[in-house]
Amino acid sequence: MIARALLRTSAAPAGGTRLETMRSDPPLTLRQTGPGRVHLVATGAGPLGGDRLALGVDVAPGTSLEIRSVGATLVLPGHVPGESSMTVHARVGAGATLRFLPEPTVLAAGCSHRMTVRLSLAPDATVVWREEIVFGRHGERPGRCHTRFDATVFDTTGAGRPLLRQDLVVGDGHTDGSPAVYGDARCVGSTLVAGPEWRTQPDGKDERRAETGDGWAALPLAGPGVLSSALAADAVELRRRLERAEDAALRLAVAW
Amino acid sequence: MGAIHDDLHEAAAPGGRALRLGIGGPVGSGKTALVAALCRTLGPSLRLGVVTNDIYTTEDADFLRRAGVIDPERIMAVQTGCCPHTAIRDDIAANLDAVETLEERFGPLDLVIVESGGDNLTATFSRGLADRQIFVLDVSGGDKVPRKGGPGVTSADLLVINKTDLAPLVGADLTVMSRDAAAVREGRPVLFTSIREDKSAHSVAEWAAEMVAAWWHQHGPAGHAHEHPHGHPDGHPHHEDDPEPAVLPAGRE
Amino acid sequence: MDDRSHGDGHRPGGGPGDAALLLLADSRLPAGGHAHSGGAEEAVRLGTITDAGDLARFLRGRLATAGLVTAALAAAACELARTGHHPGREEDLATLWRQLDAEADARTASPAQREAGRTQGRLLLRTARRMWPSPALDTLGVAVPEGAHHPVVLGAAAAAAGCVPYQAALAAAYTAVTGPATAAVRLLGLDPVTVHRLLADLAPALNDAAHAACASLIDSVVTDDADPLAVDPCGDDRRRPPGGIGPDGDDATSSPEPGSAPGAGPCRGAGWPALPGHAAPALDLLAEGHLKNAMKLFVS
Repeated sequence: MIARALLRTSAAPAGGTRLETMRSDPPLTLRQTGPGRVHLVATGAGPLGGDRLALGVDVAPGTSLEIRSVGATLVLPGHVPGESSMTVHARVGAGATLRFLPEPTVLAAGCSHRMTVRLSLAPDATVVWREEIVFGRHGERPGRCHTRFDATVFDTTGAGRPLLRQDLVVGDGHTDGSPAVYGDARCVGSTLVAGPEWRTQPDGKDERRAETGDGWAALPLAGPGVLSSALAADAVELRRRLERAEDAALRLAVAW
Repeated sequence: MGAIHDDLHEAAAPGGRALRLGIGGPVGSGKTALVAALCRTLGPSLRLGVVTNDIYTTEDADFLRRAGVIDPERIMAVQTGCCPHTAIRDDIAANLDAVETLEERFGPLDLVIVESGGDNLTATFSRGLADRQIFVLDVSGGDKVPRKGGPGVTSADLLVINKTDLAPLVGADLTVMSRDAAAVREGRPVLFTSIREDKSAHSVAEWAAEMVAAWWHQHGPAGHAHEHPHGHPDGHPHHEDDPEPAVLPAGRE
Repeated sequence: MDDRSHGDGHRPGGGPGDAALLLLADSRLPAGGHAHSGGAEEAVRLGTITDAGDLARFLRGRLATAGLVTAALAAAACELARTGHHPGREEDLATLWRQLDAEADARTASPAQREAGRTQGRLLLRTARRMWPSPALDTLGVAVPEGAHHPVVLGAAAAAAGCVPYQAALAAAYTAVTGPATAAVRLLGLDPVTVHRLLADLAPALNDAAHAACASLIDSVVTDDADPLAVDPCGDDRRRPPGGIGPDGDDATSSPEPGSAPGAGPCRGAGWPALPGHAAPALDLLAEGHLKNAMKLFVS
């Protein structure tokens, strides 16, 4: 199954945000649930092996959009061999804000999934982007998943500087159970918090210090952002730790 | 080694750079106390920096900071990955980086002291790192240690035998130590001290000041002589209050 | 790919960079590497590495993540140093070095790891410039005065020493596991032969990582160089099936020409955005925990 959904905002004449385009393409179904807020509603199981799903998000300058999902996404193997994929391309315009806070992605046994996110940020755009991955349903060995996340900040001349490039591989013999990668965790989560408030000090040659706690860290990036990262035994603990890390990331914002 | 002081370093910066003085020796012999004493005595007349190589990152550096003998910013701690001798001899990159960082931040400096982590009798500084080196022993290790030799004892530019006040308590014969050290050191100097009793370690400080003066004579003082903040136009630091240097060997009576 | 740029040619007697590779990868290279445990010290302190079995899993995971990423960056740096330097183009080249270093930044979320990587890079550059003086190393030093990331310097040093990108990648992958292995021997008193057996078992994976790193140099698919703010965010999806985007995608048209002419400046760096960025969340946590621990023996 191939599906392409699209979300586009525009500035309302009286100020504020208007949903200019909201194009669902089952199983990617979009529902407006508030001003500037959209929920992804799963209509049908999956993604299943062979499914190729894509979501485009365009947050116009000065507008703000929040995307959530109604429930966790369960990635399943298909009846035919083949990867499933979910691709999100999002760009956030000048002065715009995007909050992407879906429920976790659960990797069922035997799945083979690919998640790709490309995020393009205008120089003074703000983004909060959360991803949570659960390694299998209860007591289940997870299938395979490869995620790739690319976030780039563009300056006013259009030149881009990479903010974060990360691959995560789950269900791989080399990394699973490695104390270097996930340890004995069954879930991994990260939230990128980025925007002008997380700029490095102009004269700051030294790295900003991270905040850490049990199983989580808020990691100031080299560019204008903080990556909150957490590992946990289950989805509930993961969310709790990730929220702590997100709070810490918010505290790392600078006052200008 | 002490006789060969041709410079194997990359060319010194214009106007010279600081003399780099390594201080090594076994654990507990009093290296950090000596560094503190040198800072106390030389600090008023020389521009100093200190690099420590403790087993654990900051122990020695913290000791020096607490002692209040030098601006804490001028102390840098280097981690040695369990191998203190590697960091001063086989792979000196981190120590050189620390020395140069100090010179960059606070330079020009006259003297940078690099204190090694406590090690064994074979540990010596690479001449790529230290222009001159002091090896510190103490009498409580027994009066046979100098006879055993080892590169530190035999080849350091200065051998300091510390804690002479303990000699009667541990039954160490300073005359024996002095004779044995002289035999293996081919005339290179040995000084006996008790830093616990002489907080200024004046004899060692005097030796170090002479080394700095000789370094200036050879390379020019760091920065320009006329800009030297302490006004030693002849390029010689001197210490009006210092007593005469101890005669060597200066066995305590 | 041609063997000049990737070193895969099987020449009897090997290539000119072979001996230099041994020097570059040797743990005795005086460039400060002996004081880095790559997270192993903190893992030992926390009890997640207690024996050879834990260490084996640690090393395998480290190689598949940080090892692969550093191998790819080193290969890219080696390629840039080999092909990019032409008199009078130092300015362009400095920009390219800064771009590659920024790619390393974007793949290193942990500030403690960035700091350790830059420190190691600075020390290696100091050593390499004296061992293998070269314009590329000089330009790199000027372009990133605070110290470029270690794999970037390693790749440039490898080029200066006469190595090809594959060899640079291999050296990077190798040092990514030997540092922690040696640290574990010192910290846990493990049998050194047992630990070297683990490293021997990893040898095929080291080769694979170096090959994958070089393959990633010519597998560029993500094309971030155009300003996507000026185009439809879904534009890519309309040109090809959604999901065909990313390092495993099938779009070969945007790949730089394999073995493209030296000095093909504008092409250089086009593939960098797609280089692997394999993250290891546990290593990030270990690095930050290590930085906060005052009682440490290693820099990282």
